[in-house]
Amino acid sequence: MTATATKPAPPARNARGAGGPRRNREMWVLMLPALVPVLLFSVGPLLYGIGLAFTDAESGKNHVTGFVGLENFGDLLADDTFWASMRVGLIWAVTVTVLQFLASLGLALLLNQKLWLTGLARVLTVVPWAMPPVVIGLMWRLVYHPDAGIVNSTLGTDINWLADFTWALPAVIVMGVWSGMPQTTIVLLAGLQTIPKELYEAGEMDGAGTWRKFWSITLPQLRPIIVTITSLDFVWNVNQFSLVYVLTQGGPGGQTRLPMLFAYEEAFRYGFFGYAAALGVSIVIVVLALLGVYLWRQLREAS
Amino acid sequence: MRRISQYVALLAYMVFLAFPLVWLLSTSLKTPQEMAGLDPTWIPAEPTLANFADAFGEQDLVGAGARSLVVALASALLTVTVALPASYALARYRGTLKQVALGWVLVSQVFPFILIIIPLFMVLRQLNLTNTLVGLVVVHVTFTLPFALWMLQGYVRSVPRELEEAAAVDGAGRMRAIVSVVAPLLAPGVVATLLFSFISSWNEFLFALVVLKDPDVMTLPLTLVRFTGPEGVSRLGPLAAASLMATIPSLIFFAIIQRRLRSGLMAGAVKG
Repeated sequence: MTATATKPAPPARNARGAGGPRRNREMWVLMLPALVPVLLFSVGPLLYGIGLAFTDAESGKNHVTGFVGLENFGDLLADDTFWASMRVGLIWAVTVTVLQFLASLGLALLLNQKLWLTGLARVLTVVPWAMPPVVIGLMWRLVYHPDAGIVNSTLGTDINWLADFTWALPAVIVMGVWSGMPQTTIVLLAGLQTIPKELYEAGEMDGAGTWRKFWSITLPQLRPIIVTITSLDFVWNVNQFSLVYVLTQGGPGGQTRLPMLFAYEEAFRYGFFGYAAALGVSIVIVVLALLGVYLWRQLREAS
Repeated sequence: MRRISQYVALLAYMVFLAFPLVWLLSTSLKTPQEMAGLDPTWIPAEPTLANFADAFGEQDLVGAGARSLVVALASALLTVTVALPASYALARYRGTLKQVALGWVLVSQVFPFILIIIPLFMVLRQLNLTNTLVGLVVVHVTFTLPFALWMLQGYVRSVPRELEEAAAVDGAGRMRAIVSVVAPLLAPGVVATLLFSFISSWNEFLFALVVLKDPDVMTLPLTLVRFTGPEGVSRLGPLAAASLMATIPSLIFFAIIQRRLRSGLMAGAVKG
């Protein structure tokens, strides 16, 4: 049709200026049905949830909620279970994120080669993404089962992996890496494919070997994508619940009780809504602080 | 030599990725007698499909599957209905509102579920919607909406603005142009978003755990977890079989949309 006819007047570049009131009204008509539910169900509850952190809200129907200021946070700081859970959560989130990244980078580099079998490997890579977390958790229970599991019979060990104080957390971490590899691998692979071939050709002319090309071309080129996906992975891992709940319920003795499992128990087993909300807010603060430092360092190094 | 080491590495990855899946399949095909024996093997001695039939007897899988289907369908339709107009506005107009809305989508990823589910639970309880599928649909829409918005506005942006404007020049109003020009081009993106929302809801466990307490209203993930408990080894076969069956719809839908999801994730990753 007539693309040229529209060229002289690129409208709507500025909703207020060029669009005129009519266009603005249309925008509101379109936005409203969508904005209302987003405000009602997403923004609203979140603000409400943050607000609850400063109250003594409880599950009981007759409980009258009152404002308590920072009391919940004070209680948290004095709660050993909270610190134990934060420790487990940080070990879990950092380890899983790092291992996920290293494993996925290796896999993405392999998938980017023209190797036989990569088609099948790609399919396998994506499968965990599609599976319900509950099924992933149950599946790994079968894998780790002390009698009917494959790990003991392969290694010749006799360990009750998920009930063992030493082994429960590492066992859960392996599952975490397995289940989070698809997203990371796919994003890194897509990133690898955007690196211009000319860079490698130029590197080869200068006599750079495989390692040298990897360190001087691949990694710097991937950097923005690496920073983004590791940040996302970290946030997702900190907020993980279902996988670990199904696998261990936080046991044995709290060895795998991630912060979200702790929060869930406080809120929906014991009914301390305010306390659990304060825990949620604390986690946001910790995550934002850690991400802030990480992103700031990455930015500084990049420039 | 280098090729060989690459193949070894690739093979190691494939083993790591595949072995839990193979073990799940293998367990689902074993007889109770074999499960009780020592030294489990990869390949069942006498493969049987009895576990798949038994799974239906152990728990109300059909009912749970039907409820999951209803919840997932309703959530997907509702999510897309709500997200579609907003995504169009987000993609086509510039201004602070747009920045705020897109920023919200990203920020909402950082907040832990507990800050959203407690207030939603309190509201649902006020409305007497806990323990109902309607309540769960509301929660699922809330939780899928940000990503659905993100996906859809990407698709809208890929429809050339010139097409709409040409239709407008030809005398069609803006709404008319949207319906007759944009909508058909957007259809694949809408289908992808629908399927994505369906999978999210079908797979979802945590919110269902909070909202649904009564076994009569539980969705499939909750029912699967009820298989466990103080588990006798003999129940592991039906558990594996039920887990496999619960995964099939997600796998099929995922296979259809995975290419689109990848590009969506990439767009999010690069811009995020």
